[in-house]
Amino acid sequence: MDTATATLWKHIGTIDDIPRLGSRTVTTDGDDIAVFRLADDRVFALYDRCPHKAGKLSQGIVHGESVTCPLHNWVIGLTDGQAQSPDEGCARTVPARLDGRSIFLEVS
Amino acid sequence: MIAPIRRRLVLVGNGMAGVRTLEEILRRTPHAFSMTVFGAEPFGNYDRIMLSPVLAGEKRFEDIVTHGRDWYEQNGIELIAGEPVVRIDRGAHIVTGLNGTPRPYDILVIATGSNPVIIPVPGHKLPGVIAFRDIADVETMVAAARGGQSNAVVIGGGLLGLEAANGLLRNGMNTTVLHLMPTLMERQLDPVSATMLKSDLERRGLTVITEANTKAILGTDRVESVELADGSILPADLVVMAVGIRPSTALAQEAGLTCNRGIVVDDGMATSDPAIYAVGECVEHRGALFGLVAPLWDQAKVAADRIGQVAETDYVPAISGTRLKVTGIDMFSAGDFTGDDRSEDIVFRDAARGVHKKLVLRDEKLIGAVLYGDAQDAGWYFDLIRNSTDISAFRDLLVFGPAAAGVPQGGGVEFLPDTAEICGCNGVSKGRILTAIYEHKLTSVEEVRARTKASASCGSCTCHVELLLTLAVGSAYDATPRVKPMCACTTHGHDAVRAEITGKNLQTIPNVMQALGWSTPDGCASCRPALNFYLLCAWPGAYRDDARSRFVNERMHANIQKDGTYSVVPRMWGGVTTSAELRAIADVVDKHGIPSVKVTGGQRIDLLGVRKEQLPDVWRDLNAAGMVSGHAYGKALRTVKTCVGSEWCRFGTQDSTAMGIALEKMTWGSWTPHKTKMAVSGCPRNCAEATIKDFGAIATESGWDLHVGGNGGITVRVTDLLTKVATEDEVLEYAAAFMQLYREEARYLERTAPWIERVSIDYVRARIVADPGARKLLHDRFIEGQRHAQRDPWADRAAGVEAHEFAALATVA
Ligand code: SRM
Ligand SMILES: Cc1cc2nc3c(=O)[nH]c(=O)nc-3n(C[C@H](O)[C@H](O)[C@H](O)COP(=O)(O)OP(=O)(O)OC[C@H]3O[C@@H](n4cnc5c(N)ncnc54)[C@H](O)[C@@H]3O)c2cc1C
Ligand code: SF4
Ligand code: FES
Repeated sequence: MDTATATLWKHIGTIDDIPRLGSRTVTTDGDDIAVFRLADDRVFALYDRCPHKAGKLSQGIVHGESVTCPLHNWVIGLTDGQAQSPDEGCARTVPARLDGRSIFLEVS
Repeated sequence: MIAPIRRRLVLVGNGMAGVRTLEEILRRTPHAFSMTVFGAEPFGNYDRIMLSPVLAGEKRFEDIVTHGRDWYEQNGIELIAGEPVVRIDRGAHIVTGLNGTPRPYDILVIATGSNPVIIPVPGHKLPGVIAFRDIADVETMVAAARGGQSNAVVIGGGLLGLEAANGLLRNGMNTTVLHLMPTLMERQLDPVSATMLKSDLERRGLTVITEANTKAILGTDRVESVELADGSILPADLVVMAVGIRPSTALAQEAGLTCNRGIVVDDGMATSDPAIYAVGECVEHRGALFGLVAPLWDQAKVAADRIGQVAETDYVPAISGTRLKVTGIDMFSAGDFTGDDRSEDIVFRDAARGVHKKLVLRDEKLIGAVLYGDAQDAGWYFDLIRNSTDISAFRDLLVFGPAAAGVPQGGGVEFLPDTAEICGCNGVSKGRILTAIYEHKLTSVEEVRARTKASASCGSCTCHVELLLTLAVGSAYDATPRVKPMCACTTHGHDAVRAEITGKNLQTIPNVMQALGWSTPDGCASCRPALNFYLLCAWPGAYRDDARSRFVNERMHANIQKDGTYSVVPRMWGGVTTSAELRAIADVVDKHGIPSVKVTGGQRIDLLGVRKEQLPDVWRDLNAAGMVSGHAYGKALRTVKTCVGSEWCRFGTQDSTAMGIALEKMTWGSWTPHKTKMAVSGCPRNCAEATIKDFGAIATESGWDLHVGGNGGITVRVTDLLTKVATEDEVLEYAAAFMQLYREEARYLERTAPWIERVSIDYVRARIVADPGARKLLHDRFIEGQRHAQRDPWADRAAGVEAHEFAALATVA
């Protein structure tokens, strides 16, 4: 079991590759994944697709535990992908883990 | 059995009162009449009172049409538009139009409105002397302004005259109002508020002369000037007479109907001939004439009751209230505001806010009110007057409004159905707002905005949202945030934050947030970009720009598109390009497979559909051909549009192209509160549209007219003339000083147009024109800032700055 899960976590780079309150993308064969670094160095990942009209969340302004979409200013929670009320919708989250300075994403 | 023949009803006068009467009749007795309408104007019916906003450029004629031709068709009404009735044959029951069209009637309704009074001073028949009554008048005024005629004189400082003057001013004409009386709008305003109104209007650029007695209108082929009794002469390309109206009774008089000043009607709106009714401004009822729409609606109801024989109601005159429809001036007046020896006044003044309220009481009842500067409680006071409410219970708080007096209040929106759209930008209905207020116990506009998005975009519906809140939660609604906070992260307003930044020497965004007690750890997408700009402006050269606090476009130095690709606009100095540049652009397009190339509205070329990882390479290639960033994405100096000017054009008086290029070379790279655009035209034909730019220069024989504060967009605003200068160096000096004043004092995301509306053009003139020392200092600060700002962001990024923005971190299969 342990080995089975371990293989799902992909090393994608280090926290130093992402500016504080910034984001970088990871290319997949489907949608890109946006990886966010908060002010306190926590790291979260979402598919780079706003639930509204597919804006690239990686290009938004990061604040608190949220990102504001660059296209029409929806505010998306980074921990759960939920759009902040009154908007409704959810961006797909990707589990992210920090090991030392290395970032791992759980991709299937 | 033979079906009963429908009675024939003819309406003369396709205006507000007449058509409303038809509507009321259709509502009561939809099939009783076959109807014909004669109208002198060649359209259906429009909302005459909205001519003022049309003139001011705030609405288009299409927006104010209330009954198009389809309405007549749908209701089976014959419309004979453009043909006035010239004869009523009461014996034969036939009316005849100007072209000879006859129509028989069983019932005739006369609603011919009124005619503007034209004072018969010498010259009053010259071309260029007009009234303000119908759409044709508005067209004449707009055409005069567009045709480059620059001086307008409005005779009459009442409601209509001031709305006309404001509209002419907004159309760019130097406008003077002549008023015979010592104070403006003396029939609606007490002397104090009239004086405040005068200075508010003057601050907007209007010239007001009171106690002005027009002696003659001068000119040979058309009007050239106006002469006053004191001998002074005012140049005028257009004279608008707005000195009053007179009921239009000629037709009725000829037909032998009893007329006094107006067509005399009884309480049932019938004339002296029982088959003929009259409504609207053409009538005289118990000695009274009419000049506002509210009483006409009541008359229409009574006439419809009587004509359809559904009820024997009587017309009972009610008090009307008036407002001046000049955007930004908030006033209301109703009832008897002068009073007599049995009445008492309550007066409230807040000079700093420009607010004056005068309430007149008699026997513990409100009988009149004048509100100036803050008329949001007008509806409440008006109700108190109309209902003769006993106010003794809250008399001491009366002047502070219903919230203070502990009385719930309503406004116009209360009558709208729940489906009515309140916020047009976000499509939010009244019902949705009310539901949100009730369900979530909302008490502030910010909360409603956050829940429903109503008023979250252009903000023009904010006052309606406020009214709905008052309606729903009454006095729990807290309407008193004195200063609007920058955003939900702070209680400080923009101006206070800017003052603290320089006052407390705050150098970074975290410094500011800490010193000023921000409630969030790192702000939000609204305050961070603002703070970044304020710091950049306060500490040129020293402040390190925070890319994370920049909107995506300013971080990527390109405009994000709906599909997540970017567009790239290279600077094209003054709109001038060369074959070499065009060839290089073509090569870049081919090499990088850029899908779309478009000429922008700002005189340059847009490359659309560039992927983010391509951006640095595209820029490198454009740089190699000598092109730099056009900042089409920035709250920054964007384009400087020019026309060909004296180099080529047969009318050009100065080299507008070279002037534009010089301006662009001086100002490019500058970050500003909102985007900033310029234009330079080579003569007053103004082909570069300099009068709708943030800064515009228009060449004249003797130099340059400098214009400021214009923009296109949803609310077009024509520039104010800042001043006239003689040399190109002066153009540059004034431009730099203006840019710096705007950068230092406007709020983030406030364009020059709303900024100038807020602070007034006089203030800007005082800082830049009247005070050469201040102008020089502003100019110097601007140039100093530019030393640090004029770096091509594309070159930096092509060389590797912020490379992480453009490349993916990793690829996973
Ligand atoms: C590309 C261009 C349209 C075109 O193909 O011609 C354009 C495109 C956009 N305009 Fe514009 N405007 C363009 C010329 C204009 C002009 C014409 C002009 O500059 O003479 C105007 C009217 C003049 C003015 O600004 O007053 C204009 C008035 C607006 C406005 C209304 C501004 C206002 O103050 O009301 C907006 C909305 C805003 O800025 O908030 C806007 C906003 C936009 C935005 C930024 C919308 C957005 O937020 O994404 C568009 C960006 C598209 C993109 O990413 O490329 N655009 N826009 C033009 C670029 C000109 C350039 O070379 O830089
Ligand atoms: C610029 C402006 C702003 C105003 N602002 C306000 C305001 O803010 N608030 C307010 O309450 N009121 C305002 N008013 C006044 C208001 O518009 C009038 O009270 C109202 O329009 C009068 O309606 P009516 O039907 O009597 O006349 P009108 O609306 O003038 O209609 C009369 C119609 O009859 C036509 N007609 C005349 N003679 C003949 C004929 N022989 N045959 C056929 N047709 C004929 C005319 O062409 C006209 O179309 C404003 C008026 C103007 C001009
Ligand atoms: S008008 Fe301007 S903002 Fe609107 S679609 Fe065109 S480019 Fe975009
Ligand atoms: S696509 Fe994100 S807010 Fe519209």
